[in-house]
Amino acid sequence: MRRTEEIIGGVLAGDRRSIARAISIIENEQPEAHEIVSAVYPHTGKAHIIGLTGPGGAGKSTLIEKIVREYRQEGKTVGVVAVDPTSPFTGGAFLGDRIRMQDLSTDEDVFIRSMASRNYPGGLARATKNAVKVLDAAGKDIVLVETVGAGQSEVEIIKVAQTIVLIQAPGLGDEIQAIKAGLMEIADIFVVNKADRENADKTVMDIQAMLQMNSKDKVWKPPILKTVALSGEGVPQLVEKLWEHRRFLEGDTEHKKELMKATAETELAEAIKEKTASSILEKLKREGKYEELLQKILKKEIDPTSAAEKLLKEKPRKT
Amino acid sequence: MQSTRKIRVLIAKPGLDSHDRGAKVVARALRDAGMEVIYTGLRQTPEQIAETALQEDVDVIGLSILSGAHKTLFPRIMSLLKKKGLTDVMVFAGGIIPQEDATEMKELGIKEVFGPGTTTEAIIRYVIDNVPERS
Repeated sequence: MRRTEEIIGGVLAGDRRSIARAISIIENEQPEAHEIVSAVYPHTGKAHIIGLTGPGGAGKSTLIEKIVREYRQEGKTVGVVAVDPTSPFTGGAFLGDRIRMQDLSTDEDVFIRSMASRNYPGGLARATKNAVKVLDAAGKDIVLVETVGAGQSEVEIIKVAQTIVLIQAPGLGDEIQAIKAGLMEIADIFVVNKADRENADKTVMDIQAMLQMNSKDKVWKPPILKTVALSGEGVPQLVEKLWEHRRFLEGDTEHKKELMKATAETELAEAIKEKTASSILEKLKREGKYEELLQKILKKEIDPTSAAEKLLKEKPRKT
Repeated sequence: MQSTRKIRVLIAKPGLDSHDRGAKVVARALRDAGMEVIYTGLRQTPEQIAETALQEDVDVIGLSILSGAHKTLFPRIMSLLKKKGLTDVMVFAGGIIPQEDATEMKELGIKEVFGPGTTTEAIIRYVIDNVPERS
């Protein structure tokens, strides 16, 4: 086991073992996690962070593999974080995204990490954001984050990624209309994968129609691209669009500053909330009528919100 | 209270053997026992397996092989793991590995070899009881 300083040094030097250990420490919320994130934070901000979401079966992992290859041909180094859901019943997870990307595993300039959501809501894991920071600080030019985006709540990705790609495929059963406003509004690039299928053009038109309905006065008009991930068709054009969006983000400095400020504020607020919530909860469990009220909730004598209010109003017991 | 430490397991199929039902059954069973299982599919080279274990920082590797090539592949895998500094990962194997080879495999550092007929419960129990401590 290596000391924390060694791990930090290793991350900044791009050492893969250190990167892997750092991500684990962060995932497991070990005490050293804070030190690691703190140390790497000043070295972040260079990578292009791209979120890829969309329903299962759309071909995300296969497409990501091709995207990575394209970036590698351009001489870029790539990190991939692939998130899969944790079972709420067993706490376990089957992380199979690597299957489609395994040919990349021996490329030293590609780092792939599978991550279970561990019941964090929104399609990501709590550790995803900091894992991305580690890969950024380790010098990866591009970091791809793959999530499952089947529902309307998978918009956590916007807190992590700069460019968001929504990947659809024709005939998956869910109509475009079923994709709720959230995802449609946050995507910067739309991809219709498996575009060799018959109803691909209809899918493109459906997306166009949705975009017209939702059109706010956006400076960046999200393009709709067609790809066939299995053959790689359409991938160079997709990567070109990714670069275009990157240039757009870099260029629009006013907007970028606002975005960065908003992101920093959100991150700060969340960190404050987490720290205060856990310390207050600890205190209430120790000093307040926590157990008693819990029993009352079970007996339906009081609802949880009223119980919370009671606990927060209580004067601490003298021990 | 649920600890945030999860056991991360890599289930890998080295070589050209394409019988994956057993591997998938074990992978699902371990998942249902609360572990995070990385399954990498068929035809993995020793290099791919070792590198995956490193990037995914797994606690345990389960090697599934039914083609009889374990005597060629396992030594390469174990040597690569050592080279990459992954000496604290617990490796077990399953599939079709004759009893007489099991001793040789264990000398390479493979902790246990599970033959056909092993229950998933036994494998789950073994992993939980033998997963290396992390400091």
